[in-house]
Amino acid sequence: MNSFTLIVIIIIYLAVLFYIAFLAEKKRQSKWVNNPYVYTLSLAVFCSAWTYYGSVGIAANSGINFLPIYLGPVIAAPLWIIVLRKIIRISKQHKISSIADFISLRYGNNRFLGALVTIICLFGTLPYISLQLKAVSETFEIMSDDTSYISTSIIDDSTFYVALLLAVFAAFFGTQNTDASEKHKGIVATVAFESVLKLVFFTIIGGYITFYLFDGTTDIYDKISNTENFKELTTLSGIEDGFNWFFMIALSFMSIFLLPRQFQVMVLENNREKHLKKAIWLFPLYLLLFNIFVIFIAWAGKLTFGSTQNAEYYSLLLPLEHGNSLLATLVFLGGFSAVISMVVVSTLALSTMVSNNLIIPYGFLDKFIKNQPERNSKYIKSIRRISIFTIIISAYFFYVSFSKELSLYSIGLISFVIIAQLAPSFFIGLFWNRGSSKAAIIGMIIGFLIAIYTLVLPFTLQAYTGTDYFTQHGLFGIAALKPNALLGIDFLSPPAHAFFWSISFNLMSYLVFSLVSKGNYRERNYAEMFVDSKSFTSLQENAFVWKGEAYVSDVKNVLVRFLGEERATRALKIFFTKHKLPLDTQLGDARLINFSEKLLTGSIGSASAKILIASVVKEEQISLVEVLKILEESKENIVNNKVLLEKSNELSQLSSKLKDANKELISKDKQKDEFLDTVAHELKTPITGIRAATELLMDEDDDMPQEMKAQFLKNILQDSERLGRLIHNILDFEKLETGRLNLDLEYLDIQKTIAKAIGSISQIAAKKGVKIVVNNVHSFKINYDEDRILQVLTNLLSNAIKFCQPQTGKIYIDYKLGNALVEISVTDNGKGIPEEDHAFVFDKFYQSKHQNTIKPQGSGLGLAITKQIVEKHQGKIWAKKGIKNGATFVFTIPFK
Amino acid sequence: MKNRILIVDDEPNIVMSLEYAFKKQDFEVFIARDGSEALEILKHQVPNIVLLDIMMPNVDGYQTLQEIKKNKSLKDTKVVFLTAKNKASDVEKGLKLGADKYLTKPFSVKKLVSEILELLA
Repeated sequence: MNSFTLIVIIIIYLAVLFYIAFLAEKKRQSKWVNNPYVYTLSLAVFCSAWTYYGSVGIAANSGINFLPIYLGPVIAAPLWIIVLRKIIRISKQHKISSIADFISLRYGNNRFLGALVTIICLFGTLPYISLQLKAVSETFEIMSDDTSYISTSIIDDSTFYVALLLAVFAAFFGTQNTDASEKHKGIVATVAFESVLKLVFFTIIGGYITFYLFDGTTDIYDKISNTENFKELTTLSGIEDGFNWFFMIALSFMSIFLLPRQFQVMVLENNREKHLKKAIWLFPLYLLLFNIFVIFIAWAGKLTFGSTQNAEYYSLLLPLEHGNSLLATLVFLGGFSAVISMVVVSTLALSTMVSNNLIIPYGFLDKFIKNQPERNSKYIKSIRRISIFTIIISAYFFYVSFSKELSLYSIGLISFVIIAQLAPSFFIGLFWNRGSSKAAIIGMIIGFLIAIYTLVLPFTLQAYTGTDYFTQHGLFGIAALKPNALLGIDFLSPPAHAFFWSISFNLMSYLVFSLVSKGNYRERNYAEMFVDSKSFTSLQENAFVWKGEAYVSDVKNVLVRFLGEERATRALKIFFTKHKLPLDTQLGDARLINFSEKLLTGSIGSASAKILIASVVKEEQISLVEVLKILEESKENIVNNKVLLEKSNELSQLSSKLKDANKELISKDKQKDEFLDTVAHELKTPITGIRAATELLMDEDDDMPQEMKAQFLKNILQDSERLGRLIHNILDFEKLETGRLNLDLEYLDIQKTIAKAIGSISQIAAKKGVKIVVNNVHSFKINYDEDRILQVLTNLLSNAIKFCQPQTGKIYIDYKLGNALVEISVTDNGKGIPEEDHAFVFDKFYQSKHQNTIKPQGSGLGLAITKQIVEKHQGKIWAKKGIKNGATFVFTIPFK
Repeated sequence: MKNRILIVDDEPNIVMSLEYAFKKQDFEVFIARDGSEALEILKHQVPNIVLLDIMMPNVDGYQTLQEIKKNKSLKDTKVVFLTAKNKASDVEKGLKLGADKYLTKPFSVKKLVSEILELLA
């Protein structure tokens, strides 16, 4: 293919990526951008050109040794739910913007530690980026026809321009916000898109090679198993290989957490914790799919080319060999995708680190304090953009100077070993609060130096001097110092060897120095926050130990420089409201310091934030003893608060009980009022009648006819009787209700009592033409107060008569003997009781309660008294429900 | 023309006394035992005055007054509440609804008659 055509394809492809990134940024809130699949696919930035091309190379040359690099992440995935969730939470809380920020914050915002981590990441990532450039460059050469052409200067090296294009892309979408802890949706979306492409294209070429060029997996296996060296490629050779595998798995296990680009996509770009649940199985599945065809492509390449070609590019060379340039172009684009995502995310992560942990804290802070907010934000963005360009260009020069001689695979491993130096302080620091910043720094430096000595120095010296004397004989010719066989350990592969020694010394230094030297109060503070994950949210708010003076206005001034007036004011307002402080608070406390540092962390990194805030407050040194005391106190406070909370809960429960009681009292009062009201009304009515009649009779001027006089006198008598009954009822009721009525129990026949009751009321019934029928004529003797039960029966009967139609009315009385009670019922065929009134018929003056202004028939006390009497006999009374015509009242009298 | 009065109360003894007293003053007396009976009578008669009890079965005094107020032909009819309800809130409610007078039970017949005559004067 013409190299010009290829460049056009690349540019079109890049345009598509720009468009996707642009769309994703525009629709930041859309579901297409924020879902667990995009998140998982963005994690697949792990599969760079190293995976895409390098795996095949290693599979062809040393068999299944390409696998451990993927086994580490697979083993790590289930742990994400615990470890990664904790990391994500802490990072979100503190607006962490890079792994350097994360580690430096854990060790009390140590500025030097942040810088050190950044340097290690730079050293670890630059070769890795150059590996990607190398892959682009070499595949470009393979794809284009003019293979003989070798670039002589930067100006005509296409790789340089590709690198520049990548830098533009990363700079544009990576620095939209000053706050680096903001999400980069555009970049994440393109990375996810590219992850799909690289997997699909790699699988297509794998299928094409295995099933089209060859006759399936068995065919390839049969053919390759006949070649020499086959056994070496497919088996582990003894304990040494076992160790190599172990260290490679450990190495990749750490890398999946520590590689700056993995930290970027896994932690910083995560917008929902629950996406992890999907990622823990989907990501290993992705890796599995990616590795299915690796070994077959490698064998197919070996069968086709022998050892005449670079095995890393078999996937590209095989379709080209068979004249299928379309497939080759797809493979090329897949590889290119792997490259772009890796380069863009890595440089984004690195540029944040470089600006927040190197450039700003070591050179620009003074300037920032004097500048206006707009200029500051411009500065920060410029620093990041320049960092991105510098990193990519440096990687390009690294590629030009070194990596031409090295395989992709070995460059990748160098990166892994260097990055692994962060592991002890990172992992142990999450779970062990003794780990101190000094120990972290010493461990990292020692590990880093050992890694340089055992891994980087040999090939650098070889590249410059052209001999491998150093590797063969060691420093000053001392055999024990041979870089690939320190102290005689010569059975490990160089990367495993370097990893083993560097990480061992690193770990040991970290542990020893942590135990020997205690961290200062600030470190202890942050250590508590990171380690005590259960209560870390509250700890972050409360346990920050700080002593000194801080004026809110000073702190605000600093915030304004970076956030602008409006955002700073708003943030402080939120802070004051949250902590229930007056808005014009003048002196800040630890919480304000903590809050302000957090606010600035996103923009300038945690170390710089600490320095900036410290510059405007007067901080006093506190001894460790004091810190521990304060921490104890805060724990005590928490306990006290708990007790207080319980008390306050109790109080509020009590108060709600009081409220209920009060309500009940009020309603009782109201009832009492109503009762008195009705009583008054009932008393006034006959009195009115009596008074009016008496007045008329007394008028001496009046010559009232004799029969009229007689009528009025009769009325007076009636009303007096009514008044007497009413007073009797009220007194009765009052006695019953207050329990002052004693029953006069006798052993009597209920049948006879019923007959008495009917007898006393028969006149009224006969007058209305209502029939009363007794169904049961058996006699039962039980204990009861006859007068009272008579009262009950006559009340029920007279009610029944009242509600019956004249002439057609019929009342049935029945009684049944149960095990321990007699059940007596009075049924009429009158107008019945409305369904909704059933619950109230026994209330005193119940009519007045529900039909307030409608005149009660009778005193309204009859049934209430009846109920009291029955209950006084330990019985029950109720009106039967669901009766179609008329009403049935039932009461019981128990006996022993 | 004779003064006409409608007495609305469900207590026969009270009604009897009132009827006697007003007839003696030469009133034409109509009697209703509750609000619905009163409204029925008011369809055909236009009394000068209505004596209205409040607590009555079926249609109570308040409702009856509201119906009377709706009827244009009764716009000159005076309405007097005569009731046992004597709380300030009851009185207020009655007058608010448009009663011309609010008298409470028990009452003096003589005084009642003179107040009614005063109202009609």
